[in-house]
Amino acid sequence: MSTRLAKGGRLIDRTKPKNFTFNGKRMKGYEGDTLAAALLGEDQMLVGRSFKYHRPRGIVASGAEEPNALVNMGQGGRFEPNQRVTTTELFDGLTCTSQNHWPSLEFDVGVINNYAARFLPAGFYYKTFMAPAPAWKHVFEPIIRKSAGLGKVPTEADLDRYEHFYHHTDVLVVGGGVAGLAAALAAGRSGAKVLVMEQTHHWGGRAPVDGGEIDGLSPEDWINATLAELEGMDSVTLRTRMMGSGVYDHGYALGYERVADHTPGDDRPRHRLWRIRAQQIVTATGSIERPLSFAGNDIPGVMLAAAVRDYAVNWGVSVGDRTVVVTNNDDAYRTALVLKEAGLDVPVILDARDQATGPLAEAARAAGIRVEVGKAIAKVNGGKRVTGVSICSQSGEGSAVEDIACDAVAMSGGWSPVVHLWSHCGGKLIWDEAQSHFRPDPDRAPTGHDGQPFVVTAGAASGAMGLADVLSDAYEAGKQAAKAAGGKAVRKAGPKADPEATQPMAPVWIMPQGAGHQKRMKMWLDYQNDVKVSDVQLAAREGYESVEHTKRYTTLGMATDQGKLSNINGLAVLSDALGQPIPATGTTTFRPPYTPISFGAIAGEARHEIFQPIRRTPMHQWHEDAGAYMEPVGHWRRPYCYAKPGETNEQAVHREVLNTREKLGLLDASTLGKLIVKGPDAGKFLDMMYTNMMSNLAVGKCRYGLMCSENGFLSDDGVVARIDEDTWLCHTTSGGADRIYAWMEEWLQTEWWDWKVYVANITEQLAQVAVVGPNARKLLEKLGGMDVSKETLPFMQWKDGKIGDFDARVYRISFSGELSYEIAVPASQGRAFWDKLLEAGEEFGVMPYGTECLHIMRAEKGFIMIGDETDGTVIPQDLGLNWAISKKKEDFLGKRAQLRSHMTDPDRWKLVGLETLDGSVLPDGAYAVAEGNNEYGQRNMIGRVTSTYYSPTLKKGIAMGLVKHGPDRMGEVLDFPTVDGSSTVIKARICDPVFYDKDGEKQNV
Amino acid sequence: MSNAVSALQGASFDGYCKVEEAGLVGMITLRGDLSSAGVAKAVKAATGAAMPGQGEITEGAKGRAGWMSPDELLLIVDHAKAADFVAAASKSLAKEHALVVNVSDARAVYRVTGDAVREVLAKLSPADTAAMVPGQIRRTRIAQIPAAFYLTDEKTAELICFRSVAQYAFDILKDAAMSGGEVGV
Repeated sequence: MSTRLAKGGRLIDRTKPKNFTFNGKRMKGYEGDTLAAALLGEDQMLVGRSFKYHRPRGIVASGAEEPNALVNMGQGGRFEPNQRVTTTELFDGLTCTSQNHWPSLEFDVGVINNYAARFLPAGFYYKTFMAPAPAWKHVFEPIIRKSAGLGKVPTEADLDRYEHFYHHTDVLVVGGGVAGLAAALAAGRSGAKVLVMEQTHHWGGRAPVDGGEIDGLSPEDWINATLAELEGMDSVTLRTRMMGSGVYDHGYALGYERVADHTPGDDRPRHRLWRIRAQQIVTATGSIERPLSFAGNDIPGVMLAAAVRDYAVNWGVSVGDRTVVVTNNDDAYRTALVLKEAGLDVPVILDARDQATGPLAEAARAAGIRVEVGKAIAKVNGGKRVTGVSICSQSGEGSAVEDIACDAVAMSGGWSPVVHLWSHCGGKLIWDEAQSHFRPDPDRAPTGHDGQPFVVTAGAASGAMGLADVLSDAYEAGKQAAKAAGGKAVRKAGPKADPEATQPMAPVWIMPQGAGHQKRMKMWLDYQNDVKVSDVQLAAREGYESVEHTKRYTTLGMATDQGKLSNINGLAVLSDALGQPIPATGTTTFRPPYTPISFGAIAGEARHEIFQPIRRTPMHQWHEDAGAYMEPVGHWRRPYCYAKPGETNEQAVHREVLNTREKLGLLDASTLGKLIVKGPDAGKFLDMMYTNMMSNLAVGKCRYGLMCSENGFLSDDGVVARIDEDTWLCHTTSGGADRIYAWMEEWLQTEWWDWKVYVANITEQLAQVAVVGPNARKLLEKLGGMDVSKETLPFMQWKDGKIGDFDARVYRISFSGELSYEIAVPASQGRAFWDKLLEAGEEFGVMPYGTECLHIMRAEKGFIMIGDETDGTVIPQDLGLNWAISKKKEDFLGKRAQLRSHMTDPDRWKLVGLETLDGSVLPDGAYAVAEGNNEYGQRNMIGRVTSTYYSPTLKKGIAMGLVKHGPDRMGEVLDFPTVDGSSTVIKARICDPVFYDKDGEKQNV
Repeated sequence: MSNAVSALQGASFDGYCKVEEAGLVGMITLRGDLSSAGVAKAVKAATGAAMPGQGEITEGAKGRAGWMSPDELLLIVDHAKAADFVAAASKSLAKEHALVVNVSDARAVYRVTGDAVREVLAKLSPADTAAMVPGQIRRTRIAQIPAAFYLTDEKTAELICFRSVAQYAFDILKDAAMSGGEVGV
């Protein structure tokens, strides 16, 4: 059993107990524990079930590489699945539950899959669930979804807050082990600005566990001295609990800071995503120990040798009373020595190598530990916990020569550098034959904008294995990075350790090397996704030669641990099966994030009311107070209608239309884009931007204009006013202001850079109100100020002056067909102006109206709306707007495109009005159909509805649509089938799109 | 101008930095040839400030002049006088190609005060705020909206955004300045 030792545990404070629960069971740990250490301290080795076979799963590792021990953490608004216990700090009141089991962790029905394992090999799903097609959706997928999977999905909104933080630095050091600290020391001493991040809450990595001497000090003392020196440098920033998540182009990197995971509810942001711009990045990310592939290597109690050592040294936790060590290298001997020193039993060290002659092996023998060379584990005995191992010869097929009782197995298959961050942005790897691992190739580093490397590795991440090599490599890396970032040369010597003699490791990819199929089916490569040696070998036999294909076929390395343990072992097995050297197989692609990061951190502050910016006009608050039903228009929120108590929105819209047509309506038109275009070449420029002529517009007058893309498609429209000799004001659509402003700037900056034109977007400078209806003039005359009579201010003209006390620019333009004034006042006075109009307009029957009323009134008049009648494929000619396309102009944007054969095709659908025979309202987007089917067997279509409304003015449905040969077919009746399942067909007659006041008498009074 | 109000009418928030809307501020966009004597004269007349170089903001007796692009300046003046300055500058620059326009009401201005002012801004803007000093102006973004800001002293920043997103700007500044969110760099 695993238990807390009576003493030891350099990271825990035994005077500060912390209570937590696992599956409802109350447990105790200490401050400084990870959840993994605390669980093991309470003999909770079994922590979950595997993805596919529901095999019992125990803790394997002590850090970010842990594949098995994921739990559902927390409750309610702080519930989160798939939390790794090895990287979760213990806190008082922590609650967690195990995942992927039913009905209980101890007894899981899904384990039946385990007995069927021989029928569930790699690719099983692909092969089995092919046909019949409907069975996938209704039978197979639901069953698979039920049996597979990990944590539960949260059901409540997240209670925590998150944020981003932008940081610029000369040198970023990822990793706070001795290598990271040595690199930081070199960089800091050069005077460079340095950020060091460490994913755990303690500095120094595993050096204090592994021992040795640095500059004559114990690793722990050296770490403290180094931290003191770094803290004394103003240019150095040290952060713990921050994981280097990804390295991207141009020195951009992400740091994932877990600010308050261990102090939930303390009002701090839970996570902070650091968005870092670094000149140079040093990855001191260490290395990860590899498991060994032997039968039963997934039984709880089988752990990485270094993890067993970590639990003992760091947290004073014994993983088992009797631990068998199995290894192919010297390092695992440290574990045996640590356990022995802690008073625990190590019945045997199984070394797969033919001899064990290194100093650590000698020390083990001297400590009285039995060392067996050339030996392997034939199989592990036990179910939910290791009970013993059968040992055999590594070179044979696995005949057991001896059974040894034990309750833990510490395995080591060698070490692989953490090359992830190096690889994210294109750093290449080389295969190191001596260490049997891929390590960064310093000659093929990720390069920046200047073609020069911007990432350098340090320490074990470079492939350096002994303490002496780690320190010299890391200090050099720090110096190099600082120099490349423009720092001074560093003369001061770096930290030193004595080199130690080691015996080379031996590559061992399966154990024993001649193991038969039965054994290989029990050798786990990927614990989380249940991928075994036999699965990878099967994939190879079935022709999966590419490692990327094999990965996807078998799901090797595709679980939440992204194959940190399984990667190299899987590659080696695949290479062996393909009969090729490992470097010929290569690796899969390393992608960020290094370990999963929260969606909250990615979203940052963008939640709740600040999820997205909402644009508000100066009158916005009035609309809200009036209970307006708001609709999004771009990022604006505009009133759709102002329903009164007891009124539906539809009734409100109809009331607003009739009131505006009969009396007086007010529209908040502030969102309309307003661009000032000024300069000696402004007229020439606008003639290019618009399809019609703007240069000849007289000062004081207004003209409706169309803008097209260079492909001829209608892009925006609006009224242009000539302000003075070289100044125009262009109105754009509400959603189009920023886009059209950018469009103008782009042409001015990239094509006509020598034209003398300046553009300014003054959309928000002005509040604009449309005063509309037969009583509009009466209201303005009552307020006093400028003369707004027909004679002084005729239709399609504008004037500056005063309306009441307000400085105003008044345009006689109409989008409703009524007598209409659009009045612009400074935005700061917009609300006051609006209030004044409402107050003074009361006697004239004033009512505000919303966007839907606006839409209906323009549709009654046959005016097009960008986004309704246009969709990016419509040209002005389709809409019968030929009158607004200049024939005199030599050129304008879209002119050439509109001459293309497809654009001049007489079969293009063209705008017409549509009136239903029964007066009903056509469904929006409905298609008009013709006889017969097209080549794809679809019904032939000859038109579609672009705008459709009930007209309160005309008391019937009205619509506009694009119809093939439409204008030539006036009076014809078209069929519009509905899609509501009723198979009804609505009949509508083609008519003039102007339904109301065709001669425009009402607006021109 | 008694009817004139700023977007948030002086709203304020106390976190580990203070965030307050600065009320009505006069602002003028001036586009033209920044090397011309006429432009420099117009800038001086409106603000009393010298011509700013790239990325700079200068201060004079009547206001500030900020560099916005190679052909654009932002003049920050008394709100009540902005319209007059626009008229005067337009007149004095009538002979050269220039655009002078009043944008006072198109904007909202916030003042962020506190020891950690750079840090609060760095939660929202990708600009290197740690390296900024008074006299520099950054045209950048905060979270999802465009903004410009400058330090008036070591503890105070003034930030300009569009008026329509004044509430959003205030809310994100509040969020960034909330106690408990201290980064401590």
